[in-house]
Amino acid sequence: MINITNLHKSYQMGKNSLHVLKGIDLKINEGELVAIMGSSGSGKSTLLNIIGMLDNYESGSYDLDSIPIKDLDETKAAKYRNKFLGFVFQSFNLINYKTAIENVALPLYYQGIGSKERQKIAHEYLKKVGLAKWAEHLPSELSGGQKQRVAIARALASQPKVLLADEPTGALDSQTSEEVMSLIKKINNEGKTILVVTHEQEIANMCKRIITLKDGVIITDIQTQK
Amino acid sequence: MIFSKDSWREIFDTIKKNKLRTFLSGFTVAMGIFIFIILFGFGNGLQNSFAKYFTDDKVNTIRIYPSSTSLPHKGYAANRRIEFTNQDLVEIKEHFKSQVKDIVVRNTNFFQIKYKEKSNNYQVRAVSPGHEEAEMTIIMQGRYLNEGDITNRKKHAVIGRLVAQDLFNDKNPIGQYIFGSNHSWRVIGVFQDEGGDREERTLYVPYTAMQEIQKNNDKIEQMIVIYNPEMDYAESIILEKKLENFIKKKKFISPEDNRGVYISNTGEQLENSKNFEWLLQIVVSFIGIGTLIAGIIGISNIMVFVVKERTKEIGIRKAIGATPKSIIAMILHESIFITTISGYTGLIFAMITLKLIGNNLEEKYFISNPYIDTGDAIWATVILIFFGALAGYLPARKAAKIKPIIALRDK
Repeated sequence: MINITNLHKSYQMGKNSLHVLKGIDLKINEGELVAIMGSSGSGKSTLLNIIGMLDNYESGSYDLDSIPIKDLDETKAAKYRNKFLGFVFQSFNLINYKTAIENVALPLYYQGIGSKERQKIAHEYLKKVGLAKWAEHLPSELSGGQKQRVAIARALASQPKVLLADEPTGALDSQTSEEVMSLIKKINNEGKTILVVTHEQEIANMCKRIITLKDGVIITDIQTQK
Repeated sequence: MIFSKDSWREIFDTIKKNKLRTFLSGFTVAMGIFIFIILFGFGNGLQNSFAKYFTDDKVNTIRIYPSSTSLPHKGYAANRRIEFTNQDLVEIKEHFKSQVKDIVVRNTNFFQIKYKEKSNNYQVRAVSPGHEEAEMTIIMQGRYLNEGDITNRKKHAVIGRLVAQDLFNDKNPIGQYIFGSNHSWRVIGVFQDEGGDREERTLYVPYTAMQEIQKNNDKIEQMIVIYNPEMDYAESIILEKKLENFIKKKKFISPEDNRGVYISNTGEQLENSKNFEWLLQIVVSFIGIGTLIAGIIGISNIMVFVVKERTKEIGIRKAIGATPKSIIAMILHESIFITTISGYTGLIFAMITLKLIGNNLEEKYFISNPYIDTGDAIWATVILIFFGALAGYLPARKAAKIKPIIALRDK
């Protein structure tokens, strides 16, 4: 599903160039649940952003579902994101003036799906994350865990090939984190490919494969026994 | 996509849920248009007043007033008082009959006019019938003075609208007798005049009748020459010169004397007032354009603010699949919708306000009947909407270009 070879990325910080990813080779198959670990500054979020087409890279190659992803213009990147990817962010990134169900329906709007159909699909996914009752609530009326579940429902609504989660539990307490992670696992068990970036070992341990980054290179790549 | 039902729903939704933002941008636009139309309307009102007070009378007239000489001439000493007589009028008329339509007499008096127990002091102009045309008097009731009144020295009076109001209230004044200067005058007509209240507090009587009661004299104070309307300004200046020479010769006034007789050509006044009107037009346009620019700057500021506030939302939308085009379309669609609605709201309110103001500012502020051409007002609104859209487009394009990762960067 994801095939990355010798990927390099650096940031220009004034006069200095900061080399963040120094040759990443990574292959992720369909249906995997992969944790990407590393301390801050290890390059894990950068890697996720590149996989998510939110950021560019300098050299190497990245194929998503056998489609080469390189130097996309914004329009194309937006279309691919909409078609292939679902995002879950640490800070939820829900649109605060839209209700839960409207947030979930938004990617479908950009897919050009009619409003009735959108409503139906969004409702279905809210039910899946256990928030059917909260459909008409604004994000400000939801708890952190609920917000993240709405975000997951939104990420799934467009039926992406890959779900990308950047520290999905970073803003949640441990019990809620557990709940969110078991939701993620449940979705993975249904066959969705999922990447989770985290710096917490317990979260990583709930995944099927743990990749650890340090200073821009992969140092370990372990299959767990789950 | 821009005109789909769905994008409209999306816009209404956004507008409904961001009331303050919508109000701010809408208010700016409505206010901009409102102020523009009010100021422009006032400017037009100022021009109206100007036109009313300064271009009231007939334009193709030359006024002739006698005064005292300042130079001795042909045995006459300086400081001699020149007076016109009925005979002078006949001779001037005869001499200039090919170039002149009429020469009108105007002798001005002030005295008390009484009707029953009501009385007041008025200007009484002893005139010949041509005065109606020279002053552009409008008869509301009855008739103006005619040649018969002049020949027969009839004690007839045509009274101003306000005189009628003062003395007769609602009663029909025609045929009633008023009393003034120790004589009774029969009211034969009521007139109105665009020249304002002062003109409408005036009475017109036959000059011959007035001469008769003033010890049967034959004095004429002022002559108003109505020349042929085909004459242009330059030709009227030549006529003016000829008149001056003729009168000076006839009255033994030195050709070098700047006094003795005054001649004023309304054509000349018209030139001056045209220049002033032009200046007024420039000032009004300047105010209008200035307000419009201020409005545009106001909307631009709001739009920049709106887009900045929405940067994160734009990032989220892009992350879940919004193309840059759809982001620009969303912002533009919304801003055009808000500016159009509020622009026309401001327009309608301003038009109503101008209507309500009407002539209320005339006396104190010299603004009469302020108005704006509906076409002009709509154009101004369209311009404001266009620039509002442009002002929204530039930051929207910039925002749509930002990588979602930057837009999403926390706080």
